[in-house]
Amino acid sequence: MPDPAEKKKRPLWYNLSPLNLPLPGLVSILHRASGAVLFLGLVWFLFLLDMSLASEAGFARFRGYVGHPLVKLFLLGFLWAYLHHFCAGIRYLFLDIDKGVGLPAARASSYAVLAVSLALTALLGMRLW
Amino acid sequence: MVERTIVGAHYGLRGWLAQRITAVVMALATLVIVGGIWSASPLTYAIWKSLFAKWWMWLSLSLFSLAVMLHAWVGVRDILMDYIKPTGLRLALEVLFLLALAYYTIWAMQILWRV
Repeated sequence: MPDPAEKKKRPLWYNLSPLNLPLPGLVSILHRASGAVLFLGLVWFLFLLDMSLASEAGFARFRGYVGHPLVKLFLLGFLWAYLHHFCAGIRYLFLDIDKGVGLPAARASSYAVLAVSLALTALLGMRLW
Repeated sequence: MVERTIVGAHYGLRGWLAQRITAVVMALATLVIVGGIWSASPLTYAIWKSLFAKWWMWLSLSLFSLAVMLHAWVGVRDILMDYIKPTGLRLALEVLFLLALAYYTIWAMQILWRV
């Protein structure tokens, strides 16, 4: 039995920051964060789609609005969130059917998810603007 | 008397499965929608509107909208269960987000039926 006084000295709070978050962990938390961001953005995407399809004037307003640099920046952020969620989601579907669950494969696919989603964001981002 | 097995282990299976099925539906729909938008040029209102009236675009967007609602609901519920511990607050947020998703789905259908 540990001495009660000894027990009291135990830290109540552990500093986890010296531990490195493994790459699959990073992909995982970004998957959750991007999902939450996309959910919150849903109302804005619907607003934009509604405006662009409503009328000729609405479409012109939509183009002007989307042309604003700040709006472009937000759209680029949402584009990355979508692509990361998309790529990480495909990875999870494979993990669900037991494909790529070994550590080397899981690390490699995590890296691929991060790289491919960033590359696609750049590619589609350039095409859009 | 209703025969019911009280083992909770598989109670989340339906949501889990729905999240995966809707993910596949959305992934396929995304390819169709992106392909459609990619091919729409020059981007004028007439071309934009006629793109959304094409049956394959319309079908993909409709399926996508319905899938988003189910998919996001499972995800939102997971996040709320993990981070919001007070039951009352969690329930209130769940109701709020569920109503929001229902409203978005109706809104999306309204947009799609109009074109």
